[in-house]
Amino acid sequence: MFDIRKYRQAATAAEAVRLLVEDPAARCLAGGTDVLVRLRELHPGYDNLVDIHNVAELKPIVLLPDGTLRIGAGATFTDIMESPVVRECAPLLVEAAASVAGPQIRNVGTIGGNLCNGAVSADTAAPVLALNARLRLLGPGGERCLPAAEFHTGPGKVALHPGEVLLSVDIPKDDRQGWGGQYVKYAMREAMDIATIGCAAAVRLRDGRMEDVRLAFAVAAPTPVRCPAAEAAARGRSPDEAAFLAVRKAVVEDVKPRTSWRATAEFRLHIIRTLAGRVLAEAARRAEGARA
Amino acid sequence: MAIGVTQQRLDAVAKVTGRARYTDDLGMPGMRHAAYVRSPRAHALVRSIDTAEALALPGVEAVFTAADVPRRRFATAGHPYSLDPAGADVADRRLLTDHARYHGDEVAIVVARDLLTARKAARLVRVEYEELPVLADAEAALAEGAPLIHAWRGPSNLIGEHAFEAGGSMAEALERADVTVEAFLTTSVQQHCHMEPFTAYAYMEDDAHIVIVSSTQIPHICRRIAAQALGLDWACIRVIKPYVGGGFGAKQDVVLEPMVAFLTWKLGGAPVSLELSREECMACTRTRHGFRMHGKAAARKDGTLTGVSLDVLSNTGGYASHGHSIAAAGGGKLAALYPRAVFSYHARTAYTNYPVAGALRGYGAPQVAHAVECLVEDAARALGMDSVEFRLRNVARPGEVNPYTKKVLDTAGIVECLEKGRDMFRWSERRAACLRTGDLRRGVGVACFSYGSSTYPASVEHAGARMILNQDGSVTMMAGATEIGQGADTAFAQMAAETLGLDFSCFRVVSTQDTDVTPFDTGAYASRQCYVASNAIRRCAEQLRGRILAAAGRMLGQPAESLALRGREVVRAAEREAASPRALLSLRDLALESYYNKEEGGQITAEVAHKTRANAPCFGCTFTEIEVDVPLCRMRVVDLLNVHDSGRIISPGMAVGQVQGGVAMGIGWALYEELLVDDRSGRILNNNLLDYKVPTPPDVPDIGAAFVETHEPSGGYGNKALGEPPIVSPAPALRNALLDATGVAVDELPLSPKTLYRHFAAAGLL
Repeated sequence: MFDIRKYRQAATAAEAVRLLVEDPAARCLAGGTDVLVRLRELHPGYDNLVDIHNVAELKPIVLLPDGTLRIGAGATFTDIMESPVVRECAPLLVEAAASVAGPQIRNVGTIGGNLCNGAVSADTAAPVLALNARLRLLGPGGERCLPAAEFHTGPGKVALHPGEVLLSVDIPKDDRQGWGGQYVKYAMREAMDIATIGCAAAVRLRDGRMEDVRLAFAVAAPTPVRCPAAEAAARGRSPDEAAFLAVRKAVVEDVKPRTSWRATAEFRLHIIRTLAGRVLAEAARRAEGARA
Repeated sequence: MAIGVTQQRLDAVAKVTGRARYTDDLGMPGMRHAAYVRSPRAHALVRSIDTAEALALPGVEAVFTAADVPRRRFATAGHPYSLDPAGADVADRRLLTDHARYHGDEVAIVVARDLLTARKAARLVRVEYEELPVLADAEAALAEGAPLIHAWRGPSNLIGEHAFEAGGSMAEALERADVTVEAFLTTSVQQHCHMEPFTAYAYMEDDAHIVIVSSTQIPHICRRIAAQALGLDWACIRVIKPYVGGGFGAKQDVVLEPMVAFLTWKLGGAPVSLELSREECMACTRTRHGFRMHGKAAARKDGTLTGVSLDVLSNTGGYASHGHSIAAAGGGKLAALYPRAVFSYHARTAYTNYPVAGALRGYGAPQVAHAVECLVEDAARALGMDSVEFRLRNVARPGEVNPYTKKVLDTAGIVECLEKGRDMFRWSERRAACLRTGDLRRGVGVACFSYGSSTYPASVEHAGARMILNQDGSVTMMAGATEIGQGADTAFAQMAAETLGLDFSCFRVVSTQDTDVTPFDTGAYASRQCYVASNAIRRCAEQLRGRILAAAGRMLGQPAESLALRGREVVRAAEREAASPRALLSLRDLALESYYNKEEGGQITAEVAHKTRANAPCFGCTFTEIEVDVPLCRMRVVDLLNVHDSGRIISPGMAVGQVQGGVAMGIGWALYEELLVDDRSGRILNNNLLDYKVPTPPDVPDIGAAFVETHEPSGGYGNKALGEPPIVSPAPALRNALLDATGVAVDELPLSPKTLYRHFAAAGLL
């Protein structure tokens, strides 16, 4: 039994925007895997809902004519895992989707919800950074596009304006083609867990050297972060032990893990450094097989 | 033959189809729902309670506080009543308290027309607290001048202490030894995480009796404790136990029943339900005691273990519950394992402001076995002797005397268990193949245990069984022992079928226990039921068989001794084992004649109450191989095999299931699970299934289960205990495998990445 005070269902994204503008206190409900948990715990602020989980235009996963991979915000983790297009174009995201909770949650939880609730542990957050994705938003003033790196603004905070909904996650052709990538979720168990550290890496090789390098972490700082220092340490080098040692050293400048009862900062930093080297190495290995 | 055969469980269809009705599926028209108001502080006095806002919420019917409940204190531990007052459990609970002793303690309760309203209203009850110093640590709680958690009990937070030295003197054992090892070990607080939360409801149909329906392991004990809590005669309470979705010892405690009985009584007999959330179950019911242990093991160069000593400090939290019984039983159960060595044991149990610890699968033995088997491993390594070989030289053999109980071990299959496990696991081969350098390392580990099959002589062991021959020739059986998901009903039907000589399909077992109807048995705990119920069922089946054959003899005009039962027929005794004996009379015809003949006969029934005055130790061991990712501070269980001597196995399929479930729970305790409490505030941090890490299917390997079948004379069918034993030895085997792989002895649980990080860093591995 949930304590729902007000509930409206939107048929289109535009209607969702209108309902959210009409009632600024309302909150979007997509898969419900976060909102219903909070509702069950009787948290204030979750009893007034605009339900977008049936908005058809948010569901599709398509390859646009210009080669951009567009993943509807309402696509579930299962949709992403089973999509031949995503498997082909962004296997990194498939790994991330597959690492979420368990099958029941993956069947209803959406990539849009995963990003919009602002959790620093979101499994799709680091991959979306490593893929340099653009987030397409619809608000009362129309559509706008935001680089993924500008979306998370603080713990639990995102750059959505009042009344805005996320339409899709777009990955341009040049950000996905020819890259090798990996996502590793480091958690206390193999399923049904949140990340202690999430690490995504993407690498593009040229003449055996790491020409383009992207490394991103979840739970390593107050928001999901890219790692410019670690990336610079690797860029232009051959994917060898010396390069990854440099990455492990440099990544310390990019992250700010904190101590909580879930894990100490020292432990998190140790895992971050270990993963930075390992995941980047695997991404580079995979890049060797990637077609340009 | 019905024993030793895997039958489809009697409750399989009911449970798989979802038709089985558990407590919350029953419900009643007009049901009210209750919710506790819980203390957000671990140690505090209630200064005032304002219920006005809660009472003003539409749908709220009543709010009760400590001022409204009986003054008397009662004990909650699900032990049989003790005729000797010295054997009684610690009575330290009231229905509600004005002195919160742990985070979540119950200071008030709201009753409303629905559960959501009750839970919302509980948040509207305003409670003013006066904070008291928080004692999280058992050592600190026992320090001179520590604040008293139950001041009325006396001048200390110590609730129990005992010591014994079995098989000689530890001082001499140390003197005779060539090597001595020593370790300080700690174990974490585990929670049962049974699938069905705590739930109960109660109602009255007259002025004098309260009916309680509850998800409990111990209906008959529950009746007594609910009556004691309310100051009623015991028979004023009737407890009904429907299907139960697991308990693992948590429900061997009386947690909700006295409260629902109180509430229905206050509300004029209206039905009142109290259903705890998962969060409440994890923080505010019972847990496994965390132990802090210091031990020594001593051995001679020839591989003789001369002695093991252990000093235990057990943290029972804010209320005693099973209290010191856990630390006491844990030591007692291990005494049979190495009977030629000295076993010196000293244990204390302390109150703290931790969550309340009670019974949890293993009842202290997993903690004690963990320490003993870590020490024995360290001794083997100090001697440079193979871990299996060292144990083989020292474990119990049949005919030896348990130095603690002074009883002869009629059956002791631990040597065969170790030998069988060594072969099946290919121990030597795998041990030789392990790579112990680099980032990814492998190691193998072994550990063994002994356990009990009942609680005798600490408690009475009473089992009851009743059998009725129905009109159609089938047999309905009632046992006082409870089915809580472990398969007891099915095992009981197999036992009855074996003795009566009838088909398994002839039996129906009434799964519901009802204290007004069901024969007396104290319930599901201590792995006792198959062992103690077997003697009652066997005698009851013999009695029923005698009565059926006597009736058949009268009807057939033949001496009863010349007749026997087979399948669903009466046959000649001489033909009982023949390929196709001639049916003289069907059971159906016999039953109809017996029920409805106007001149003679009658319903054929049998009923037996049986006291078991034995407690046969059972044994077993774990073999495991692990892989350690050193830089990621993580270990993975590659393979694990448990081998058990549980006497004769009643149902091989169910036995394997029991072993796999127990081992999975043991892996959870060893590697993943710990209920975290902030030591400064006493706040419980992770009472949910996300932050408390029960291992999931990908975390647990395929678990091997094998048996060495001894024939235990004190078991009705040669059987001994199997319910709890599978959880006892996985943790030390895993710790020993980690030691084998890395050379690091990690003497704290769980062996989680966070723990391994600290130990690997200290050992210079990172």
